[in-house]
Amino acid sequence: MTVGPGWYLTLSALLFTIGAVGVLVRRNVIVMFMCIELMLNAVNLTLVTFDRMNLGLDGQVSVFFVLVVAAAEVVVGLAIIVSIFRKRASADADQVNLLKW
Amino acid sequence: MVAALALIPGLPFAGAAVLLLFGKRLRRASGVIASSMIGASFGLSLMALGELMGEKLLGHSYFEWISAGSFKVNFEFVVDPLTVVMLLVVTGIGTLIHIYSIGYMATDERRSTFFAYLNLFAGSMLVLVMAANFLVLFLGWELVGLCSYLLISFWNERPAAAAAGKKAFLLNRVGDFGFLIALFLIYQTYGTLDMADVFAQTPVKPIAAGLAAAIPILMLIGAAGKSAQIPLYVWLPDAMEGPTPVSALIHAATMVTAGVYLVARAHVLFEASQLAAGSVVVVGIVTAALAATIAIAQDDIKRVLAYSTISQLGYMFVAVGVGAMTGSPLAYIAGIFHLVTHAFFKALLFLGAGSVMHATGDETDMKKMGGLLRALPITGATFIFGWLAISGVPPLAGFFSKEAILSVAWEAGLPAVWVAGVLISGLTAFYMSRQVFLTFFGTSRLPAEVTPHESPSSMTSVLRSLAFLAAAGGFINLTLHGGRLTRFLEPVFGHRETGSATPLGLPEWVVSAFVVSVSLAAIAFAYSLYLRPGAEERRERAKAMFEPLVSIVRNKYYVDEFYNLAFVVPGKALASALAFSFDTGVIDRAVNGTGGLVMATAARLRGIQTGLVRRYVMAMFVGAVVIVGLLLATLR
Repeated sequence: MTVGPGWYLTLSALLFTIGAVGVLVRRNVIVMFMCIELMLNAVNLTLVTFDRMNLGLDGQVSVFFVLVVAAAEVVVGLAIIVSIFRKRASADADQVNLLKW
Repeated sequence: MVAALALIPGLPFAGAAVLLLFGKRLRRASGVIASSMIGASFGLSLMALGELMGEKLLGHSYFEWISAGSFKVNFEFVVDPLTVVMLLVVTGIGTLIHIYSIGYMATDERRSTFFAYLNLFAGSMLVLVMAANFLVLFLGWELVGLCSYLLISFWNERPAAAAAGKKAFLLNRVGDFGFLIALFLIYQTYGTLDMADVFAQTPVKPIAAGLAAAIPILMLIGAAGKSAQIPLYVWLPDAMEGPTPVSALIHAATMVTAGVYLVARAHVLFEASQLAAGSVVVVGIVTAALAATIAIAQDDIKRVLAYSTISQLGYMFVAVGVGAMTGSPLAYIAGIFHLVTHAFFKALLFLGAGSVMHATGDETDMKKMGGLLRALPITGATFIFGWLAISGVPPLAGFFSKEAILSVAWEAGLPAVWVAGVLISGLTAFYMSRQVFLTFFGTSRLPAEVTPHESPSSMTSVLRSLAFLAAAGGFINLTLHGGRLTRFLEPVFGHRETGSATPLGLPEWVVSAFVVSVSLAAIAFAYSLYLRPGAEERRERAKAMFEPLVSIVRNKYYVDEFYNLAFVVPGKALASALAFSFDTGVIDRAVNGTGGLVMATAARLRGIQTGLVRRYVMAMFVGAVVIVGLLLATLR
């Protein structure tokens, strides 16, 4: 049995779905955050897979961009989470709802 | 000298600027500053007169004022004999009035403002008469209107004064509107606003008769507004609400003479249309008659003089109108001559009336005066000079100028105007005598607590100078044919041989004697009604005889009431209809409705913004799925 692109794509789809569902159903901000990372990496996997199939480099370059952006996003995101946690002693996303009408 | 012409209006303007900026600190000095500025202008005007004796005209273009495409207007002054005469009247009489005001306004809190406005007024008038093109003239024209508004409503804490200022301004605007349209037509027709250019083109350029009539008639409307002629004269009597020196300035030296000046200045345009020229004569004679009759029944010392001014201005309009009809330079000169002498004696009469008011604690009702000659010897004596001058008693100034106007009217073949003129001259003598008899002669009817006192010397010295001018002013033009003023002004209007005709071919002195005897008879009649023992009775009888007439005249022919009904009431009704139904009902509702719509929509929509991150994420996912789904569907 060879592990073809289909496997990779299936795995990536699975990971993306888990991430998406996690963001939607979990209320803990840290978990939501990790789920977002999961989604990002699922996309990265897809990009690498397709690049392999086409024997190109464009997708892999894109992956680097995604990684850089993800790293930056983690820095900002974690800082926000820490400060929220300090203020409220909780990491519940539903309690942070002041920015409304 | 030529460039220094700008100083003639420039100095009063500078004075006004200084007084407006630093008036509070100058206080006492403000009157002196204002007077010396206008006095210096008078000196410069005299120099201009001297220069002009050698040359034909002085002119200077200072800068390009407006340049838009082919429309170019220079800020340009020109001084010819007509302008010099006006300059001397404005600055000369203006200086005297300024000096008089120092005493008259001595106790007023805002006198520096007052003097600033006086200077501004005189300066504006000087711009008006020196203008070399119609736009500069219009600038002065509008400034004069503004200053009259400021000065008439100077005591604006009085509602009557504020209303009078508004009235003057609005009626002037009506006239200005006509003038402005005339300017548009002139530019459209002649392609320039330069006066010399327009006047040079007028006789040779073929234009439609309607247009040739429309331009001067619209100008006449403007002139009627400034010079208080029918139908726009009603502002002038109300202008009496201003301080008395202002009345003198408006009536004698500035403002009201502007209309006469305009007709004389633009005489070429008026000559181009017999209709326009005839209208000037008709407006003049009707105004003169109407105002003279109203003056008979007025009890306010200043109002009598106001109607008298309107009447005398009508005389001047007759003269310049006759000039336009016949092209006779003498008629214009007669008009300008009367303008000058009228400036002398009307300034005197107004300032005398001011002195009377000053003496009696601002009493203006002649019915409450009487016998003031003893208490106010100088005021009384000078007032008598003014009275005799305006009544046309020889050899005072009014005699010569009135004779001149009557003779040109007869020479032009207008016997009806001549007869009306003589009658009006009789009426003038009558109401002026009535005024003098009621004010200065007979027994005092003043309340006991008022002790009249003569005015300070700064005021009486001015009265003396004006009395001299009113007495001797006629000598600048002893005969209309070849007199000194005639020879001086003739180049402006062109020398044309005119016949000299007299009524019924009688010798000139017989006609003069007849006209004078009409005036003397009127004076005698006034004497019998107001002074001779038993006057009371005769007055009652005369009143009973002319009963309906008396009340009509006393109520000024109900012209104010008519204007009120015809214009003010509908205007107010329209305004309140627009304000309370259209404005609140339509415009306000549209504006408020727009705001309400936005608010209501927002109230519905803002429920979406919950602040819950997971909801937003959900929305994003759903959106992404929908978009991807649509993409996939279309790709297939």
